[in-house]
Amino acid sequence: MHPALSIIVFTTASGAGYGLLGWIGLLAPIGALPLDREFGVVSLLLALGSITFGLLSSTLHLGHPERAWRAISQWRSSWLSREGICALATYVLAVLFAALWLLQWTGRLWTACGLLATVGSIATVISTAMIYRSLKPIRQWCNPWVVANYLLLAAMTGALWLAAVLSVFGMLDPGVMALAAAFVLTAGAAKLAYWRSIDALSGGPTLASAIGLPSRRPLRPLDPPHTEENYLLREMGYRIARRHAALLRRIALAGAFLAPLVLLVLAWLLRSSIASVALTCGAALIATAGVLVERWLFFAEATHTVALYYRGGATSAAS
Amino acid sequence: MKAPVTSLPAPEPGTKKLALVIDLDTCVGCHACVVSCKEWNAFGETGPLPEFGPYHAEPWGVWLNRVHTFEFGEGEDGRTVYVPKNCYHCEEPDCVTVCPTGASYKRAEDGIVLVDADLCIGCKLCSWACPYGAREFDQDGGVMKKCTLCVDRIYDENLRENERVPACVAACPTSARHFGDLGDPGSRVSKLLAERGGCEPMPEMGYRPVGRYLPPRSIRAMPASTKHAEPVPVRANGLLRWIDRVLSR
Repeated sequence: MHPALSIIVFTTASGAGYGLLGWIGLLAPIGALPLDREFGVVSLLLALGSITFGLLSSTLHLGHPERAWRAISQWRSSWLSREGICALATYVLAVLFAALWLLQWTGRLWTACGLLATVGSIATVISTAMIYRSLKPIRQWCNPWVVANYLLLAAMTGALWLAAVLSVFGMLDPGVMALAAAFVLTAGAAKLAYWRSIDALSGGPTLASAIGLPSRRPLRPLDPPHTEENYLLREMGYRIARRHAALLRRIALAGAFLAPLVLLVLAWLLRSSIASVALTCGAALIATAGVLVERWLFFAEATHTVALYYRGGATSAAS
Repeated sequence: MKAPVTSLPAPEPGTKKLALVIDLDTCVGCHACVVSCKEWNAFGETGPLPEFGPYHAEPWGVWLNRVHTFEFGEGEDGRTVYVPKNCYHCEEPDCVTVCPTGASYKRAEDGIVLVDADLCIGCKLCSWACPYGAREFDQDGGVMKKCTLCVDRIYDENLRENERVPACVAACPTSARHFGDLGDPGSRVSKLLAERGGCEPMPEMGYRPVGRYLPPRSIRAMPASTKHAEPVPVRANGLLRWIDRVLSR
């Protein structure tokens, strides 16, 4: 699949934003975060800014961005529509949560808004992942690990950004660092499991089954239907060399998981406020860049069945 | 005005299922259907179907019908198969259910899958959801385009009855393309399908395509040794025999 920059930036930025919002909405009401007004407003602005940037970026790939509001109508069948509704509801809750925090009305309503914003963040990220997970023609996406990957990566980047903001305010406690480290490890493990799973793919549709011809006799493309690339090949015919994919996987692993983990451990060991600010901010930035590479690969490594018509595919060996 | 709904119509027995049945045995890959489709659909209901850089080095554009050429079998058994590919108007089309706006819909009355260009936001998700590559994006209009089975033609009472078929069917010089109601077991296309046995495209996807291919017939065995034509002895009368003798000298 063609890795469209607008979608890669959207899922990475909004994922981190929903992760951060989700953690604040959960941890502040249960008393695990300081009730400091500046911290609350700055961290929630960062989360909402990241979400807004992501959502605006996602409209860039639309043919008619001005009609985007129509996308909330088909929640009965469409995950994209559900994503839109969840995103809107979460946005309202998050703004209310931030406003109440700013006014220091941290009572029951504030608690409810925070917890519901967390639920909304989780629902939005799940909906985003389900858009890909439900596409049967793309086997690398129609995979049980996809939802876990999206959720864990959002939670991981969110926790890292939370640690960074807390350290800027000089309020970083080892609990949040441990939380971030735990999610770096789990998200990394889930991503490795996903890669292992898509590397082991076998079977699947062939050119013969694509047309419905018996697979006893070999079938191979002779002449393409057109001399130049068309929309189908531009959008769904993207191919990445195995060698490049392997290198990029290593870069994503190092950037998204390994480097942030090392920086977190160093920040915990050093404990000096200046060093911890630099290290936790560095961890959040490197992890976000690593997730960008991971998201690029998520598209680049995905193959669509339409490519079978152009490149052929394994016809049954048992002829 | 219909309410936009991307949920699929409830299947009712006996409803019309319009689709194409294409004979891979008789298709000669002339692309007449491709051109005819473009010509009809570039205007009217579906149009425009833009071309990008038509006079430049790498022209490309929106076409709703594409003819692929494949080699089927090997050696003496091998033959070329032309496979015209357009929308199969599936019974379980994910391209419809993924649509967030209700622009993509399946008609309850005849099963045709259409796009309402006024509702389409151009998110392209439907084209990702189609395993067959039946949808192509119109960059100029910012909306998705697809085969309509020439819905603006097949019901047009201003046309003569034999012309109320999709443009591709009307254009086919070998009558390889058949159009009809596959929901009616007594229809011509249903009988043809029953007689020849149809190929269902990518059944493992579970989209239940209505359109089908008729498989290539097995190649008639060629005799192992080819007979050469022997010269035929001339049996002519007087004048012709004399001419023959003069010319053979």
